[in-house]
Amino acid sequence: MKKNLINFITTLVLAIILSQLLPWWHVMVAGFLSALFFSLNRTAVFFIPFIAVFLFWISYSFVLSNTNDFILAKKIAILLPLGGSSILLLIVTGFIGGIAAGVGALLGKQCSVLVKH
Amino acid sequence: MKYFKLLLTLLLTLVVFFGLNSKFGSIPPIGKFLSPNQGFWQNENDENLSTTMQINGLKNKVSVHYDNALIPHVFAKNNTDLYRAQGYLTAKHRLWQLEFQTFAAGGRLSEILGEQALDYDRQERRRGMLFGAENALLKMQEDPETLSYIEAYRDGVNSYIHQLQPKEYPVEYKLLDYAPEAWTTKKTALLLMYMTKMLAGRESDMERTNALAKYGKDRFDLLYPDFFDVNDPVISKETDWSFIDITMPEAPEQKIPIDSFSISETINKPHPQNGSNNWAVSGEKSYSGHPILANDPHLSLNLPSIWFVMQLATPEHNSYGATLPGALGIISGYNNHISWGETNATRDVIDWYKIEFKDNSRKEYKHDGQWKKTTQRIEEIKIRNGATLYDTIIYTHHGPVTYDHNFKGNNAKAGFAMQWVGHIGGNNQRTFLKFNEGKNYEDYLDALKSYTAPAQNFVFASTEGDIALWIQGQFPNKWKGQGKFLLDGSNPKHDWQSFIPQEFNAHSKNPERGFVSSANQHPVDTSYPFYVFNDGYETYRNRVINDFFRAKDKFDIQDFKNLQNNNYNLKASELLPYIFANMDTSSLSNEEKEILKTIKMWDFYSEIDQIAPSIWESWWTKLYTIVWDEYDAESVAMEKPFVYQTIYMFKNNPKDELMDIIDTPKKETAKDLFLMTFKETAKELTEWKAKHGDYNWSAYKATFIGHLLQALPAFSRFDVPIGGDYNTVNAASKNHGPSWRMVVEMTTPPTGYGIYPGGQSGNPGSKYYDNFIDDWAAGKYMNLLFMQDQQDKKEIIASQTLTP
Repeated sequence: MKKNLINFITTLVLAIILSQLLPWWHVMVAGFLSALFFSLNRTAVFFIPFIAVFLFWISYSFVLSNTNDFILAKKIAILLPLGGSSILLLIVTGFIGGIAAGVGALLGKQCSVLVKH
Repeated sequence: MKYFKLLLTLLLTLVVFFGLNSKFGSIPPIGKFLSPNQGFWQNENDENLSTTMQINGLKNKVSVHYDNALIPHVFAKNNTDLYRAQGYLTAKHRLWQLEFQTFAAGGRLSEILGEQALDYDRQERRRGMLFGAENALLKMQEDPETLSYIEAYRDGVNSYIHQLQPKEYPVEYKLLDYAPEAWTTKKTALLLMYMTKMLAGRESDMERTNALAKYGKDRFDLLYPDFFDVNDPVISKETDWSFIDITMPEAPEQKIPIDSFSISETINKPHPQNGSNNWAVSGEKSYSGHPILANDPHLSLNLPSIWFVMQLATPEHNSYGATLPGALGIISGYNNHISWGETNATRDVIDWYKIEFKDNSRKEYKHDGQWKKTTQRIEEIKIRNGATLYDTIIYTHHGPVTYDHNFKGNNAKAGFAMQWVGHIGGNNQRTFLKFNEGKNYEDYLDALKSYTAPAQNFVFASTEGDIALWIQGQFPNKWKGQGKFLLDGSNPKHDWQSFIPQEFNAHSKNPERGFVSSANQHPVDTSYPFYVFNDGYETYRNRVINDFFRAKDKFDIQDFKNLQNNNYNLKASELLPYIFANMDTSSLSNEEKEILKTIKMWDFYSEIDQIAPSIWESWWTKLYTIVWDEYDAESVAMEKPFVYQTIYMFKNNPKDELMDIIDTPKKETAKDLFLMTFKETAKELTEWKAKHGDYNWSAYKATFIGHLLQALPAFSRFDVPIGGDYNTVNAASKNHGPSWRMVVEMTTPPTGYGIYPGGQSGNPGSKYYDNFIDDWAAGKYMNLLFMQDQQDKKEIIASQTLTP
C-alpha cells in the first residue's frame, strides 16, 4: 500500500512539474519515470498512475475552466460530441490523460524489470 | 519473455502516443486537444488586457484603452506606430480569422483542410485571386507611404505571432492541428481581393448568353430588362449630366461565339444578397442642424464577425469605426471631422471572352486576325496529407483562361478568359487611410479618386455641413450591350476600350432634396450617358428608404435607428393584394381559409412574433420555384429572372406561357399557380407546426450566425430572434444580414451609435465572442465611446501599454 502511495505521489508531482515543460505527453513521461523507480505489481502498475493523472488533468482543467464559467468547455462538449456536458468532458479528459500515463507506466515497469535483472 | 513484454509495451506506448497525437478525419488529435496544459482548456479565458507588451520596431509608446465592450482605443504618436499597433491588436483578438480569410482568398484551404477543399482552391486560383492580389501589391508598393504602413501592420501582426506559444494558439488551430504562419503585405492585398470578390465578383454572362439563345431578343428583354419599370436610383433622376462630354464607344455587331466550347457548370458566385444600406441627411433635414449619416453592410452572418471595431488616434487624427481584420484603418466610421460608409455599387466589371487557341499546345491564341502569345502561370496548391497539385493556367491579354479542358470545359483548343477590374490592381488601401485623416469634402474626394474595386457607393457627411455620395470604382466604358453576354476574344472591338474618367462617375453633393442614400439599387436612370444595365439591382429597400426621407422634414437619431431596423415588406405588399383579388378560393378547406385569413390581415411588417411573414416566405418560395420550373429542366446554366420582374410578370402577363408548368398537361396561368402554391404552403406550415410548434417568423426563419468553419454548430449561434427578410431595410435573412449598423451625428466631436452581430473577441471561449448578438437582434445600439482625451478613463476597464 505504501508503495502505491509513493508511486501515486511521484506520478502526480512529476506530471505537475513536467506539464510546465512538455506538451501533452508529459503524463506518459511521468507514468514511465515513476514506474521505473517505484515499480508496482499487477494491475496497480497501470491504475495507480492512471488515477493520479486522471485526477490531475481533471483538477487542472476544472481550475482553468471554472474561472471562465465553462464557456468553452460547454461548446467543446457539443463539438466532440458529449451532449454539451462539461462534466462529461472533464471525465473524458481525465480518462485520456490517465490512459496515456498508465501506458507509459507499463513501459516503465518493463524497463525496470530489465534493469533489475 | 521479458523482452517480448517490453516490446509489446513499447508498441502499445507508441500506438497510444500516435493515436492521441494525430488528427483523424475531423477528429482533433485527442490527447493534444484535451490536455489541460496544451489543449483547448488553455483557451478558457478572456484576453489578458492589462500587461505592458514590448513590440519591436515601435518608435514611441502606444497606449491602448479597452472599454467594457472590449473595443480598443489606440493612441499612438505617429501613423507607423498606429498601424503597427492595429496589426498587433487585430492579431491578438482575431488571429485565426485573420489568417483563415486570406487562406480562403488565395485558394490555400487545402493546406488546412486537405483534399476536400481542392475544388474550391483551384477555382479561386483560376479566378485570378493571387494574380489580382499581386497586381494590387505592386500598385501599393508604388506609394511609399502606403507601403510603409502595410509593412508596419505586417510587423505588428508578426510581433504577436512570434511571442505566441503553441498552448496560446486560438482554439481553431488546435482543432485542425496546425500553426499560424507569418503575415505578409501580400496578405493585406489578398484580403482586399477577398472583399473585391465578395462584392464585385458576381456576373451572369454565361447564363444570360444561354437565356438569350433560348428566348430570342424580344422575350429576353422582357424577362431581363436593362431597367425595371420602377427606378429610384442612387443618384437622383433630376441630376444634370450635361457636363459629361466625351464620345461613347460604338457597338460593333455582336455575334455570340458559344458554338465550339461549352462548360458543365460555372464557378461559384458570391452571395446574391451581399449588399448594404447607407444614407445621410443634411443639416436642414436634421433635428439638431448637424448632418446625420448611417451605414449597414449586409453580408453573410459569421463568427468571428467580419468586423472588428477600433478607435485609432494620433495627435494628427482620431478615427473610430469598423475595421476589417487584414486591412488598415477604419472602413466604415468617422473621425473628428467627417464620416463615411459604403454600400456595394453592383456594377458589371467582369466579362468573359471566348478564346480560340492555335493548337493543343495553347501557346498562341487568336486576336485581331493574328496569333498572339499566351503566358502561363503555374499555381502550386499544397494539400494536407497529399501530393501538391500544379495547375497550369493560361493567360491572354484579357486575363486568365479560367475555363478550359482542364477545368469544367470540353475542348482542348478553346476556353473562356475572364476580364475583371479586380485583376488590374489598385492601391485601394490608400482610400481608407486617407478617410481616416480626412477633414472635409475635398479630402474625401482626394481619398476616393484612386479607388478601383470593389466599386462602392461612398456616403459622406462632415461637421462643416456637407453630405455627399460618390459611386466610385474603376468602370470600363462599355458600348451598349458589351459584357452583358459572352464576348468574342478574337475581336479587338470586344476588348474594353477605355475606362469611365473618374470625374464622370455618378455622384451627388448636397442635393436639394436634403439627403443622399443607396441600397444597391440602380445607380442612375437612363439619362446617364454611360452604359449601365440592370445587373441584379435591388428593388425594394431603396424605395422604402427614399420614401421615408421624402415623408417628413426633420429626422433624429431614433428615426435613423428605426429605419435601419425597419421590417416593412414592400415586396409582399406589391404582390399579395393582387393575389387576394385574383385567386379562386372556393376550393379551400377551413384550415386553409384560416391561414389565408391570417395573411390577408397582415400589415406587411415582417416582425418576429407574426405568423403572416412565415406564410409569405413559404408561399413566395414555392411560387418563384414553380413559375420558373422551365429553368430547372434546362441542362445549360441559366439564371432565373429577378424577383421584381417575376412579380411584374404575374401582374401584367398572368397568362404568359411561362406560367405553365411543363410537367402537367394542363395550361396553367398565374391564378392556378397562386392557388396551387398556397395549398402547398398551408400543408407545409401545418406539418411544420405539428413538428416544431408555432410558426411565428422568428422560429420559422431561424436566423443563425455561423462560425467561419462551415458553421461548426458548437461555435455558432442559432435561432436568433430578428425580424425582416432579404428585401426589407433590416435585411436579415436566415444567415445573411446587417453585419454592422452605424449611425453618426456630425456634432463636434461626432456622436456615434453602433452594433454588430458578434463580439470583439475571436475566441469562442470568451464572453466577448458573441455578446453583441442579442442587442443587435433587438435593434439596440451601443453609444460609441469616442475618446477625445486619453486621460479621461471613466468607461475604460483596462489599459495596456505597447512599448518599443
